[in-house]
Amino acid sequence: MMKKNGKVTNIFLSGVGGQGTILASNILTEVFLDAGYDVKKSEVHGMAQRGGDVTTHFRFGKKVYSPLIKYGDVDFLLSFELLEALRYINWVKDGGKIVINKQEIFPPAVNLGLAQYPQDVEKIFKKYFKEDVCMVNGQEIATKLGNVQAANVVLIGAFSNFFPEIKEEKWIKAIKGLLKEKLHELNIKAFKEGRKAL
Amino acid sequence: MKKVLQGNSAIARGAWEAGVKVACAYPGTPSTEILQEIADSYPEIYVEWSTNEKVALEVASGAAIAGARAMASMKHVGLNVASDPFMTLAYTGIKAGLVIVVCDDPNLHSSQNEQDSRNWARFGKVPMLEPCDAQECKDFTKIAFEISERFDTPVLLKGETRVSHSDSPVKLEERKEGKVPLGLDPKNVPKYVMVPINARVRRKIVEERMKKLEAYADKFKYNKMEINSQNIGVISSGVAYLYTKEVFPEYSYLKLGMVWPLPKKIIAEFFKKVKRVIVVEELDPFLETEIKAMGYKIFHGKDVIPNMYELSPEIVEQAIKGKGYKPPKIKVKPADLPRRPPNMCAGCSHRALFYSLKKLGAYVFGDIGCYTLGAAPPLSALHSCICMGASIGGAHGAMKALGKEGLGKVCAVIGDSTFLHGGVTPLMDVAYNKGNSTTIIADNRITAMTGHQEHPGTGFTVRQKSTHMVDYAELARVLGIKNVRKIDPYNVKETMQVVKEELERDEPSVIVTTNSPCIMLRREKRKFANPYYMIVTDKCRGCKMCLEIGCPAISWKEGAGETKDGHKRKGTVMINKAVCVGCELCAQVCKFEAIVPGKV
Ligand code: SF4
Ligand code: SF4
Repeated sequence: MMKKNGKVTNIFLSGVGGQGTILASNILTEVFLDAGYDVKKSEVHGMAQRGGDVTTHFRFGKKVYSPLIKYGDVDFLLSFELLEALRYINWVKDGGKIVINKQEIFPPAVNLGLAQYPQDVEKIFKKYFKEDVCMVNGQEIATKLGNVQAANVVLIGAFSNFFPEIKEEKWIKAIKGLLKEKLHELNIKAFKEGRKAL
Repeated sequence: MKKVLQGNSAIARGAWEAGVKVACAYPGTPSTEILQEIADSYPEIYVEWSTNEKVALEVASGAAIAGARAMASMKHVGLNVASDPFMTLAYTGIKAGLVIVVCDDPNLHSSQNEQDSRNWARFGKVPMLEPCDAQECKDFTKIAFEISERFDTPVLLKGETRVSHSDSPVKLEERKEGKVPLGLDPKNVPKYVMVPINARVRRKIVEERMKKLEAYADKFKYNKMEINSQNIGVISSGVAYLYTKEVFPEYSYLKLGMVWPLPKKIIAEFFKKVKRVIVVEELDPFLETEIKAMGYKIFHGKDVIPNMYELSPEIVEQAIKGKGYKPPKIKVKPADLPRRPPNMCAGCSHRALFYSLKKLGAYVFGDIGCYTLGAAPPLSALHSCICMGASIGGAHGAMKALGKEGLGKVCAVIGDSTFLHGGVTPLMDVAYNKGNSTTIIADNRITAMTGHQEHPGTGFTVRQKSTHMVDYAELARVLGIKNVRKIDPYNVKETMQVVKEELERDEPSVIVTTNSPCIMLRREKRKFANPYYMIVTDKCRGCKMCLEIGCPAISWKEGAGETKDGHKRKGTVMINKAVCVGCELCAQVCKFEAIVPGKV
């Protein structure tokens, strides 16, 4: 899926503050830099730490200019939460690939009974993107491994299948480089389980 | 070696490579990581969280006058606070390099206004560099120090959300100490003592320096021309350049690395080389106004490019293509989806405090910090928020205006870090001018909103060394406030009682929350008697009272039912055990004893 003609590949990550979206995007950054690409990543911080939505624009290619992806130009959407996937559906170009973590986190208005959490998110995506939509139960897989926190790395594992030319070692190297040593074993397992999940 | 760095980390790296010895800041998004990174990674540099940006700049300027390269970093509104020393430092100049990093926040991701800091460069007559990615962040930081020393001036380095918080590869280099020797020069009085007779002399030097800087700008190699099309050329800077280049790679470009003063000769040359010139810049028509004033005709500028909120590749594309732009298809209307605004954490002491204030019906002059989120529904317990420290002055002014009518109705709520930043002086004013307002210091023991930075009230320095800790009650007394009380905000009844008494008192008072550390702060984690609370569904009448506090752990579940003692209900609430921390606020709010401690 990598473009040899110098075109830039656009990956959009979305999730909720505290889900590890930023770590996931850091792994991507390390991996693609290591693979010899120019990379750019941009995210919004600040209020996001208080349970707000978090988005990251990640781009790689021969030469990358803008840190932001153009609206409607996303090649890959990687979302850690269902509603936060749906919120960015219009950003994905026709034929784009989508990986979604099956998890619902209610925003305040839903908690208060003032708004409805969207139903059938998977169906909506399938309607537009058919078999390009992959659902992953990151929570369940990570819980089985003994730590829900690793769900983000499970998702990265699943996502890594889209880049067969990048060897597993490169992903593992990035995970090791970014996490404390005591977390290595768990997260490498999480990555491998995720890789099998797709 | 190449490493992917965030723009802010690259600025920190640049400072280290430039041999900086002193770095000061007050945290503020999107600038915070610059100082944090220096503290974490570069032990050669003295680093401090200053009490506010004015102090940060003053400390850095002192170091520079003593011969050490120094840096102060802040967000855009921070430069407003630091503007007083800033405007005069342009006159005195420095000895060793002094760089002021100011990070704008277009689109107000986490700020109270949106302002274009380039105006400060023109206003203060100080050169400004504007990098567009992490590599330039590092390079420009180093160049800024050279310019500073060469022209004897402070230099502004402009960051902004998409530069500060973008990551891209950076080539790392070694640290080189600056050339200026350490030491103070007591003979330099006319340069540094800005009494009128000296300042008048310096005033002229400022203008002469500006002339020299203009000549330098024309030779500055980061004011770059790229000639592709003869027909259309774009003048741009920073991230706006990247967006435009992304969507119109075929155009010619003049990319400005220095946005003040402007390179007049290069601009003239560019106009000769291309037929039509478009100026693409974020926020104000800063370049456009200046270039028009030079007598050039601009094909497009702010007539099509918006002058508010942040730009993006598609905004630039749409603006320039006009009707020719085809937007992508809408599959789901984002407006139909529930929004996910930031919210105070489960168990946060501010929620408990605001709940009491709301019950009392007080008009609350708020301030900048996590507690500003108290303005959001369902709490809706905060009525104004202007800038750091404005709560105390605002409440004082309102009480003066209202006279005795105001008693029992008005208070100021300010966080601990904000109080030290900008609250001490207005509180002094309240005492001095015989006010009668009430100031509540919501002490969560940290600067929480920006991600847990230390301040003079925490007892720790930026590098986690223990240090003197301010006692707010003692400080308030010294300022002249006789009535100082403490409350535990988690005790709603007691809090309401104490606050009510102080609001009604015809004298100034200060109330400090205690036992109220930020719930995310590991060091001081408050222990609650019960690990979590739960709903006794048999007793819950679905009155939604507990929903009024807006705790993210509590949610509403639709569904007709009946309580054990026969009350009809339309639904019940639920507590998410994984999110609840057991603060007990909801249990205090529930009138039907339906919320009880969970089993351990
Ligand atoms: S970060 Fe701390 S102070 Fe801020 S809302 Fe959460 S608990 Fe409260
Ligand atoms: S005790 Fe109640 S208010 Fe406190 S965190 Fe738990 S659910 Fe929220």
